[in-house]
Amino acid sequence: MKFGVVIFPGSNCDQDMIYVLQTIMKQKVEVLWHKDRDLKNCDMIVLPGGFSYGDYLRSGAIARFSPIMESVIAFAAKGGYVFGVCNGFQILCEANLVPGALLANIPKKFIGKNVYVKSQSSSAIISSSINKTQVLKIPIAHGEGRFYTDSDTLKSLYDNDQILFKYCDEKGNINAASNPNGALDNIAGVCNKQKNVFGMMPHPERASDSELFNTDGKLIFESLLNSVVV
Amino acid sequence: MKYKAEINVMPLKELLDPQGKAVTSSMTNLGLPTIQNVRVGKHISLEVEADSKEKANEMVEQACKKLLANLIMESYEFEVNPS
Repeated sequence: MKFGVVIFPGSNCDQDMIYVLQTIMKQKVEVLWHKDRDLKNCDMIVLPGGFSYGDYLRSGAIARFSPIMESVIAFAAKGGYVFGVCNGFQILCEANLVPGALLANIPKKFIGKNVYVKSQSSSAIISSSINKTQVLKIPIAHGEGRFYTDSDTLKSLYDNDQILFKYCDEKGNINAASNPNGALDNIAGVCNKQKNVFGMMPHPERASDSELFNTDGKLIFESLLNSVVV
Repeated sequence: MKYKAEINVMPLKELLDPQGKAVTSSMTNLGLPTIQNVRVGKHISLEVEADSKEKANEMVEQACKKLLANLIMESYEFEVNPS
């Protein structure tokens, strides 16, 4: 499978993502620059974390209008796979490729720590092959990660099985105490209705190398690769 | 003709605004405990070249909807005047 990792000015998780995809997952990777329009025949486009365009105006708002995003939006509309992590998720929300918005964390701080999540969606390839009872330890690192949407959209997320991951505690309890940022219903990641665009706040690429003593994030990449026929 | 727009973007009323909440609580420390419900938004000003005020309004409206405000979490209002 060929992945295209987009680099925006201010991206800072791009190299981690490239390393994990290439070295750990043994996949082909193309590096895509924000000013380019050519997606180089990639099978999946990845928007990495960071502070694209300095998070000016709103996180992800300026990146959404970069030249490469026009191609990414067209690619997604044709059913192409797109995966955004952290700032990448914020960009996907701003581009309306996934529903919702990411607001400032309720505890008024940037939160950088390991959290626990559980897979939710049985039909989205990014979570479908992960056991629903398994608790994954994956780090978050964000100031604006509080997922929010109106109640009608929230209902449609449940009705269409679009919720990918929810924050939980070490034992798997999904409750207010295990919600790090005040996200609606503990939601850590969602996908679009067609289930080809995925966004999540936690960083699986920071939990995929055994040298870091945590490879729970690798399960997410494996779930993607297991299900995609290229 | 050149017009100037003054735009206010505010977090939606139904949403918790952590920044506003932090400022509200510091009002007590400041000795002004009766100041309540501070909400923090953005003020944006811009200049636009347009044939008429209506055209300028249209362009600013488009800028607000597409970029300056995210309608899922924010509302906007603006005023356009010849600059």
